Amino acid sequence: MAMSWIWGGMVILSLLFGAATGRIDAVSEAALSGAQNAVELSLSMAGVLCLWSGIMEIMRVCGLTDGLARAFRPLMRRLLPETSRDSETLAAVSANVSANLLGLGNAATPLGIQAARRMARGCGGVASDELCRLVVLNTASIQLLPTTIASVRAAAGCKTPFDILPAVWLSSVLSVTAGLTAAWLLSLAGRRRQ
Amino acid sequence: MSLSSLVVPALLAAVAAIGLGRQVDVYGALTHGAEEGLTVLLRIVPSLVGLLTAVGMFRVSGAMEWFSQLLAPALERLGIPAETVSLMLIRPISGGGAMAVATDLIQSHGPDSYIGRVAAVMLGSTETTFYTIAVYFGSAGILRTRHAVPAALAADLTGFAASALAVRLFFGQ
Repeated sequence: MAMSWIWGGMVILSLLFGAATGRIDAVSEAALSGAQNAVELSLSMAGVLCLWSGIMEIMRVCGLTDGLARAFRPLMRRLLPETSRDSETLAAVSANVSANLLGLGNAATPLGIQAARRMARGCGGVASDELCRLVVLNTASIQLLPTTIASVRAAAGCKTPFDILPAVWLSSVLSVTAGLTAAWLLSLAGRRRQ
Repeated sequence: MSLSSLVVPALLAAVAAIGLGRQVDVYGALTHGAEEGLTVLLRIVPSLVGLLTAVGMFRVSGAMEWFSQLLAPALERLGIPAETVSLMLIRPISGGGAMAVATDLIQSHGPDSYIGRVAAVMLGSTETTFYTIAVYFGSAGILRTRHAVPAALAADLTGFAASALAVRLFFGQ
């Protein structure tokens, strides 16, 4: 329901503000071009999505995903205990986390989708605690080297574009911790209400 | 040549070499997996159409500027500079939009200024939250997202306040 409120709120506010500021023409145009952009964006990510799904399949057939899962199991057993029991789901999560850390956003999304699909099996369309945790891990950035923003800084004439790294790491650690803590507290509160 | 441009080709070659070494039909596995990717794509399109329609309307309606002004005083108490509030509002809904706003802040204030650094750290330590939520839950067929959205937004807000705090801590302003 949260997404329904956010989507509905944005659409209604857009109409109100568009009418008040006299930009209703632009709002109308933006609705149609937004829908078009969505399909273009999906198509532009289609190739990468298929490629990484294919690579994961090769790794699975070769037995390489087991190794990846084994490497991440000690960490994931605490964070996602249910998920860690199935080694293929654990492998997809591990690959997703590795890609995130390396800053390979293009690879992280398809791998995370694969993990999310496996984690959602048999749950009847309701997100489990662990799936929420995986999503929070992915919405809060855990990238070690933010290369894109460093290149923007370099282009603006910065001599040491990577001097912000410690600040980025501190901020990332704090935001991931806050997100996981919030997820845990909200889950507890939700259970108490039932 | 940078190290990061080596990662993808090296990984592809390594997977191919290991597969061939173990006598696996690597090409068959690749195409089989890629086919799976297409079915996932079909489930993502509807979520993205919904999200990007609303985001597009919201951005041009002028609502963003109004909210920036409204929220700036409260957010300044959390240590978030007023100049970066528009970046904060657009960050969770549009990756491209956030990149444009951050680039503008970095260029107009200077990459080594307080605002320029805070904008860079904000962009480096957060993600396009709603896009991620739409894609992950859309592809997994999740209708009830439970506490995922509020928890993700709590992480974002902490990330923005922490960005300003971390820049003050490491660069002293």
